[in-house]
Amino acid sequence: MRTDAEQHALSNAWQNWFRFSRNPTAVIGAVIVVVCVLLAILAPYITPYPDHVGAVVDFRNRHQPPSAAHWFGTDNVGRDIFTRVIFGLRISLILAVVVLGVAIPIGVILGLLAGYFGGWVETVIMRITDIALAIPPLVMALAVAAVLSPSLVNSMLAIALLWWTWHTRLIYSITRQLRTQEFVEAAETLGASRRHILFREILPNCVSAIAVKTSLDAGFVILIGAALSFLGLGIQPPTPDLGTMVAQGASFLPDYWWQSLLPGSAILILALGFNLLGDGLRDLFDVEDVR
Amino acid sequence: MEFLVFLGRRVLWSLLVLFGLSVVIFTIARVVPGDPARMALGPRASAEQVQALQETLGLNRPLWEQYGLFLSGLAQGDLGRSLLTAQSVNVDIARTFPATFELVLCTIVLAFVLGVPLGVAAARWKDRWPDNLVRALAIVSAVTPTFFLALLLQILAGYVLNILPTTGRLPASLPFQADITGLLLIDSLIRGRGDVFAEAVRHLLLPTIALGAATMGQIARITRASLIDVSRQDYIEAARAFGVPDRLRMFKYMLRPAFVPPLTITGLEFASLIGNAFVVELIFSWPGMASYGVRAITQKDLNAIMGVVMVSGVFFVLVNLLIDVLVGVVDPRIRIRGARA
Repeated sequence: MRTDAEQHALSNAWQNWFRFSRNPTAVIGAVIVVVCVLLAILAPYITPYPDHVGAVVDFRNRHQPPSAAHWFGTDNVGRDIFTRVIFGLRISLILAVVVLGVAIPIGVILGLLAGYFGGWVETVIMRITDIALAIPPLVMALAVAAVLSPSLVNSMLAIALLWWTWHTRLIYSITRQLRTQEFVEAAETLGASRRHILFREILPNCVSAIAVKTSLDAGFVILIGAALSFLGLGIQPPTPDLGTMVAQGASFLPDYWWQSLLPGSAILILALGFNLLGDGLRDLFDVEDVR
Repeated sequence: MEFLVFLGRRVLWSLLVLFGLSVVIFTIARVVPGDPARMALGPRASAEQVQALQETLGLNRPLWEQYGLFLSGLAQGDLGRSLLTAQSVNVDIARTFPATFELVLCTIVLAFVLGVPLGVAAARWKDRWPDNLVRALAIVSAVTPTFFLALLLQILAGYVLNILPTTGRLPASLPFQADITGLLLIDSLIRGRGDVFAEAVRHLLLPTIALGAATMGQIARITRASLIDVSRQDYIEAARAFGVPDRLRMFKYMLRPAFVPPLTITGLEFASLIGNAFVVELIFSWPGMASYGVRAITQKDLNAIMGVVMVSGVFFVLVNLLIDVLVGVVDPRIRIRGARA
């Protein structure tokens, strides 16, 4: 037998699922994201030429147009582009997961502190956030990547260094509204610890906003990472990064169009998936002002 | 008077942000990499060469003294010398900035002039085809990598259709020095050179579209959302109840209050615009500050990098200051609240 609370939670989840599945853009987004994640995880088993990930050279097959043997054609040293695109999805997803995994906890905690305590804590945190927001992220990432040597880890570091600011702002504004609500005041009156109020009372009310923001952000982090690689300051060859592949293929445009346009489309579709999913979640959770 | 207080607060705040920015940039360039002189000269330089460069740049002094020098230089508008060419970074940036400024300015204007009407149309015909079209456009433009769009435009307009130039600001066959404002569009008009003006517009077209598509989509989206928000206000309902015609209601009562969010988003979008200018300038061989910055980065020229990041930051802060003032002009409620808060 299920308790009433369990029953209630179950029907809630069912309702949410129903509403979600009724939203075509959200479903398309979710499908794109799930397919891309699966492809990335299974990359070594499903790609036709897994060894083409490294610095393999096969000059006899260079610049082959898309065909049954090479769905996306081959690049200037004869590597299969389809294989490299699938492995490239992997790099893009790792980038997004690590950057957001670092940036979101920092941003959320700072936002909770600033919103709940107010006073000088709020002043210090929000002023620092505003300063960090004044630095164009891609420019900052370029500067960091230039000073440290360009690599996957440094790209992630450079992007994460600025990304927390948006989450701080979001959580700060939600917390400030929640601070004066009855359930928070009740917890205060009952003598609950500050940690309990911040993480057990306020944070659960921010979860839907964080989920929407995270999904939207994943797309934009991937785009910034790709732009960094495109400029040659992100992930270094021979690691198959989508941005790097577009940049390398660009010197063979327009004759060998598939070398840059197909990896470019892969970035677009991945970012589109996260964006549609985020939009769908926003409608589902009814959190209008999250961008 | 209230407006002056509001303005004063915004200016002070901008100065504080710039001070913070200088600390961040100094930390990145001087504290993180270890030895900037060694970085600039490379592993093959002798210890004496490194030491000599350290002395000329003052790198052997304590960090706080170096920061003091950096800050006093900044206050006088001096960005120091390039570590590699020994040329003044100011001169280099002054030479390259107008091209970037022209590109970014045209992009913002175009994005706003096209984005707002699109948003108005979407809100006017909500849930009908113009709305769906605008929403689809906003999402697709937001997720298309700028470099990808730039390459597509180059292929389509440059190679396939062969109707627009794909590199530079002017054709080599048309020598023209923009020596008054540095902006080709304005200087060519001052000198009465219609041919130069037309060519400059043709060269600007593709980079502007590549850079501005995402911003235009965002502006359209926010304008739509903001108009729909305003349309649910009581006074608009009242106007409807009184039988004020649709068009009058839209343009006289709704547009002005709905105008604030698109303005604010334009300011925020500006950050990604400056970043993406690096990509666009590289692809279209645009001789601007971003091209200069990319070169400085690949050559590890720290002073030049600091200069470019600082100027980008100042540019961003100034634009947002301007937008804050515009918002105050459009919406008096904000400037009164801003003066009191």
